[in-house]
Amino acid sequence: MNTPIRRLSVVIAALFTALLVAATMVQFTQAKTLNGMASNKRTLLDSYSRERGSIIVGGQAVAKSVPVQDQYRFLRTYPQDELYAQMTGFYSYAVGAPYGLEHASDDLLSGDADTLFVRRVTDLITGRKTSGATIELTIDPKAQAAADKALGDNKGAVVALDPKTGAILAMVSHPSYDPNPLSSHDLTKASKAWQTLSNDKDKSYLNRTINGVYPPGSTFKVITAAAALENGVVSDENSSVPGPAELDLPLTSTNLPNEDGRPCGPGDKTTLIHALEISCNTTFGSLGLELGGEKIRAQAAKFGFGDALQIPMRVSVSSVPADLNAPQAAQAAIGQYDVRTTPLQMAMVAAGIANQGRVMTPYLIDSVRSANLDIIESTPDPVELSQATSEQTASTLTKMMVSVVDHGSGARAQIDGVEVAGKTGTAQHDPGKPPHAWFISFAPATDAKIAVAVVVEDGGVTGSEIGGGRVAAPIARQVMEAVLGR
Amino acid sequence: MTTTVEPLTPRTRRGAELMLLILAIGIVLLAWVTTDLNRNGTVPANIIPIAGGFTALVLAVHLVLRWKAAYADPVLLPITTVLNGLGLVMIHRLDLARGKLGTDGDAYRQIIWTTLAVALAVAVLFVLRDHRLLRRYTYVTMAVGFVLLLLPLVPGIGRTINGSQIWISIGPLNFQPGEFAKIALAIFFAGYLVQTRDVLSLAGKKVLGFTFPRGRDLGPILVAWVLALLVLVFQKDLGSALLFFGLFVAMLYVATERVSWIAIGLLLFAAAVAFALSAFTHFQKRVDLWLDPFSPDNLERSNQLANGLWGMASGGLTGTGLGAGRPYLTSFAESDFIFPSLGEELGLFGSVAIIVLYLIFCERGIRTALGVRDGFGKLLAIGLSFSVAFQLFIVIGGVTRVIPLTGLTTPFMSLGGSSLLANWVIMALLLRISDQARRPMPEIPVGVAADEPAPAEVTQVVRLT
Repeated sequence: MNTPIRRLSVVIAALFTALLVAATMVQFTQAKTLNGMASNKRTLLDSYSRERGSIIVGGQAVAKSVPVQDQYRFLRTYPQDELYAQMTGFYSYAVGAPYGLEHASDDLLSGDADTLFVRRVTDLITGRKTSGATIELTIDPKAQAAADKALGDNKGAVVALDPKTGAILAMVSHPSYDPNPLSSHDLTKASKAWQTLSNDKDKSYLNRTINGVYPPGSTFKVITAAAALENGVVSDENSSVPGPAELDLPLTSTNLPNEDGRPCGPGDKTTLIHALEISCNTTFGSLGLELGGEKIRAQAAKFGFGDALQIPMRVSVSSVPADLNAPQAAQAAIGQYDVRTTPLQMAMVAAGIANQGRVMTPYLIDSVRSANLDIIESTPDPVELSQATSEQTASTLTKMMVSVVDHGSGARAQIDGVEVAGKTGTAQHDPGKPPHAWFISFAPATDAKIAVAVVVEDGGVTGSEIGGGRVAAPIARQVMEAVLGR
Repeated sequence: MTTTVEPLTPRTRRGAELMLLILAIGIVLLAWVTTDLNRNGTVPANIIPIAGGFTALVLAVHLVLRWKAAYADPVLLPITTVLNGLGLVMIHRLDLARGKLGTDGDAYRQIIWTTLAVALAVAVLFVLRDHRLLRRYTYVTMAVGFVLLLLPLVPGIGRTINGSQIWISIGPLNFQPGEFAKIALAIFFAGYLVQTRDVLSLAGKKVLGFTFPRGRDLGPILVAWVLALLVLVFQKDLGSALLFFGLFVAMLYVATERVSWIAIGLLLFAAAVAFALSAFTHFQKRVDLWLDPFSPDNLERSNQLANGLWGMASGGLTGTGLGAGRPYLTSFAESDFIFPSLGEELGLFGSVAIIVLYLIFCERGIRTALGVRDGFGKLLAIGLSFSVAFQLFIVIGGVTRVIPLTGLTTPFMSLGGSSLLANWVIMALLLRISDQARRPMPEIPVGVAADEPAPAEVTQVVRLT
């Protein structure tokens, strides 16, 4: 019987070989694929137990991982609670990291970014625990706090830029939420917090500065004015422009009226500067008719409309519809008819004018450091997004916007001893609701340190330009004061 | 056929066994301490009684071997010690993760079962002075085997766990009688085949180069097949059915040297599997899970297999270290999935080491089968070795996706009393047979010799074709 025993032992050897091969496949050949699967809870737990990098504003962490004694080892905390919530997003065991920098810069914070490769290798060799990179933001904590305080209980957004670099100085979106319960290791608590947040009808999870899309209302008139100056329709701020009580729109039976039903100047004529001061609808409507939809659209595009920006969070695209007919162009020229913009985009318009017509690409991350504080990415060189207008046009627009604050609808943005440029806006969005109040501005007018855009949802008064000036302008003023040290 | 020439005065090798045992105990205790160090940062407080108890248990078997089976194989006991010990360490490690401490822990129960299993193995070595005595009970073991196999189907005591009805409950005890049926059937097959092997191997017609048996000689394999079918259909346990039928076919082949038996066996089993697949959704699901364990639908249904694979993958080459991985994420990490649990924390190196330990265990069994002089002993030794190897293939092949997953225990390692007891008995039987194989002067007890045919190697087979 020994021959069949020997033969059977070959079969047994084959069975064992199969097991050895299978174990090698699982633990070596396919290990990387298996570890990379999205539904693999172990990989998830691994990333949670790794020390995630901090997010720093002005030397203070606004998101950091603190060691705890449980299976996840590190708890993600947000020391400023609601103040930076939409910027940081949150890092939740229950739902992951769907928003903010926690989402957009996940590979840096987790330590998986390609730029951190060398460090990961040395970690492996030295047996050091891999930890994520620390991100330092461009945010000015004073501006952020001032914007948060000034916006108060209003729904809306405030965003401030450094016009010369594009660095984002403040980014506030209300209502906000507290990210701490979402990152809790108590899964029931975290899921409950997520349920509450995701079903919030005010969408507090939304970063309104970059993902809130609003009609820009009269603030858009600055772009129309820029297009008119650039295209030679008008020569300077004192050019005479039409300003009737009502503008007859071709192709339709409806007319475009001024809010107060009165002409903007004697003999239905006015100057461009005065038209902007009082936000004259008929003047900019008629400029829109004269320019046509495409030229307005092209000017808006030079300021950044239509661009898909990442700061590194994805910014919603602002847009002016294509193929506008004459009456639509007239309405678009005053920021109505499906013109949509984010507050960041309007801040870029203000910043572009402040910076001699050059729009800088906005950015939020100032520098990236590894866990032992080696610089991985230093402050980026400012990148010009586009030359939106000539220097000449920019300086004309600046004069006009200063006049808006000094003599016109933006009076509440005045700061003692500082020349402030601005433009109010009141944007109708829903016949049953009050309009949104807008204000865009920059200061000091000649050598701008800050450009701000403010939108207060439902903050205006129907049929009046007062909303933007009364509600939004003081908010912008407080932010500018904080940065200028007033 | 070859004849092994024994040295005139073979050494007992008990000294070598002692050295290997000390190494084995060292590995297990090191693993135990490492686990606690990794989990709690301290050496466990109860390490002295645990180390002492474990050492005493294993050394007791060693002393019994010196006394009762001096020529027994010196490698089987050390391997069993390492495997049982590593299983205990993993069960203890999972207890720590789940906060089950002291007498609440699974490890506590497993230690008691290990003690009982060692006692049972020692009892076998004491009572069974010569394995050939078992031949007297050929038909008794048949009855016992069949009863054990079908016991879970008896209403009232049979229990269904995880879709398979292979458990019985008597009072507070849960038992898998199949583990013991495996031994009883191996003894029965050996006794039965050694008697009937001549007729099963010689008579028959030659077709296509194969000699096929006569119709009436197909009886035994058909009975075994029907039995396996019963297990398959009523207990819904593909693993056990495969194990029993595979064991029978393997032993039938060894007894008869006829490849045609294997062909017939494979055909019959293929038919049974095809039938089961078409008739029961339970098996279709298993196959579906096997083919694509990571599809969202299948993950929804059962992420057990996927979790085991992820666990092994996270261990990589070197493993996370004992106590530092997350084997507790896999359900049944301490029983069916104890191999992936160890693979996760010991890495591919650990997995390979464990598989190779089993391989050496089976190799020692096969060596015993080759060395022993009587046909019954040969069949029993190869049958037991094959059953361990095949069971291991079914369970580890299941968790590493070589074959569909079926619920069998990992010999010596899985949590569970029946499996531990049965496998220690298998080891005791192999020790007993190997003692006979390596002993210089075979002493044939009175009463056994009378019905023992001449040694198999001497029998001249005349093939009638």
